Amino acid sequence: MTIGKEHHMTSAVSAADIAPTAYAWEIQATGLKVRVGGKRMAVDGLDLSLGTGVHGLLGPNGAGKTTLIRTLATVLRPTEGTLEMLGESVGGMGEHRALRRRIGYLPQEFGYYKRFTVREFVEYMAWLKEVPKAEIPAAVQRAVERVGLADRADEKLKALSGGMVRRVGIAQAIVNDPTILLLDEPTVGLDPAQRLRFRELLQELGTDTCVLVSTHLVEDVAAACTDVVLFAEGRLVFQGTPDDLAAAGGPEHMGDSPLERGYSALLQGPGPGRGAW
Amino acid sequence: MSVEHASRRIIEGYARGGTDLAADEVWAVEAHLEACRVCRDRLSAAVGAEVPAVASLVDTVWSGLEPRLAVTATMPRGRRRPARLSRWMTPTMVPWLAMVVSVTLLALLLDLGDTGSGEVSLVLLFAPVLPVLGVAASWSRGLDPAYELTASVPRAGLPLVLRRTASVLGVVVPALLVGGWMTGVMVAQWLLPCLAFTATTLAFGGVVGVTRAAVVLAAVWAAVVVAPTLATSRTAFALQTGGLPVWGLILALGIGVVIARRGAYSVLGAHR
Repeated sequence: MTIGKEHHMTSAVSAADIAPTAYAWEIQATGLKVRVGGKRMAVDGLDLSLGTGVHGLLGPNGAGKTTLIRTLATVLRPTEGTLEMLGESVGGMGEHRALRRRIGYLPQEFGYYKRFTVREFVEYMAWLKEVPKAEIPAAVQRAVERVGLADRADEKLKALSGGMVRRVGIAQAIVNDPTILLLDEPTVGLDPAQRLRFRELLQELGTDTCVLVSTHLVEDVAAACTDVVLFAEGRLVFQGTPDDLAAAGGPEHMGDSPLERGYSALLQGPGPGRGAW
Repeated sequence: MSVEHASRRIIEGYARGGTDLAADEVWAVEAHLEACRVCRDRLSAAVGAEVPAVASLVDTVWSGLEPRLAVTATMPRGRRRPARLSRWMTPTMVPWLAMVVSVTLLALLLDLGDTGSGEVSLVLLFAPVLPVLGVAASWSRGLDPAYELTASVPRAGLPLVLRRTASVLGVVVPALLVGGWMTGVMVAQWLLPCLAFTATTLAFGGVVGVTRAAVVLAAVWAAVVVAPTLATSRTAFALQTGGLPVWGLILALGIGVVIARRGAYSVLGAHR
């Protein structure tokens, strides 16, 4: 029997773990504007501060949720305003390598290589995220176990169902133990049981991570989020707890639950509804 | 790092059951044995030599375990090939590289058969655009399903661009080398335009997207060099030895632009 590092002292806590944070908010945007395509500002003057916890990003289709998440993932550059993530200013021509190592990102259209196995794909993503080589196998195993795919880890992605592929997407997002986790519509394609398990995972992650989940399902927000960010036409409409959101709606507003009524109340303003959609 | 090992007295005392050791010594030696192979070996030697009762107990346990261990299949070694290869090229690039190599072979065959094109070497004519197609394939939004994920990772940007480009050139250049050698074309005559085109594709790619840049440059090449050459059956000036300094200049400019704008490869824009 051999043990790899026999004469090596490992300290349980690294210097980076106990260093004080140099920022008040994990994500802080001031007057953020992001242009998409030619002229349209998909994010138009956003002021937002997000700390540790699970933040649900709600909004109608075309509100700019995906653009905002892409900007936070640093794959789109802000056009105007300032964006600070983990105390680092985002924008300009920088590559943000150190910042990106601490971000996990699941895009709305999660593209993958069909011929890879789950483990190979997550390993490949871990390599792309510059996880130290010696830590990759353990980190991959941990991520795959957390999304409940340990028993399917050596199957090819093309053999998996849509919900399982989505979970692979979540696994690759958390493989680098991110401080900021950005999930764009992660619950699409999950069945009700998986959705419940996913909410538990979110709550677990939210204890020490800034998680931003974009969704169009109000009930996901109620169950898993500590904080709701309501976003419409590129602007922040509301930020508060799910209870605050529920309190905003009255019986005269559309919706089947207090949260849905609050949601439609805030989006439509005091007047009558703007139409069926 | 030097480590203090357990003394002979403690090891032997532990082998005899630890009754003549202090409790904290037993505790310390157990913790040390868990992490230290040297002392475990010393312990097993001490047990074998001095404590026959424990040695026979260990043998009994082994004889019971061995038949069961023998029938346990060892874990199959996972296939490591794709993981290593994918650091250099996306899986979707493979068919494109195969196509590029087969075009080279086809041009070579036509050259050797000397059909139709007269004095002009087809290898020379196609050499500059072949790697461009491979580079485009590695950055195409349509061909690489994981493009958005790839753009968001810390390793994205210039290092990954150069890695993928190097893997394309690594496949294309040897194929062209064989072609050039068999048709007797000077190496610099095709290698410089080939590298210059690749660098220019990456340079423009930072602005308009690598795939778009590749398509535009390939079209320009076809219109300005390939078509007139085939029409007149004379090697265009651009491909004669006199054009070499110009290609060198383009290569240097392309590399300069790529380095100056290296931040542009880590956003979604480069994947168009």
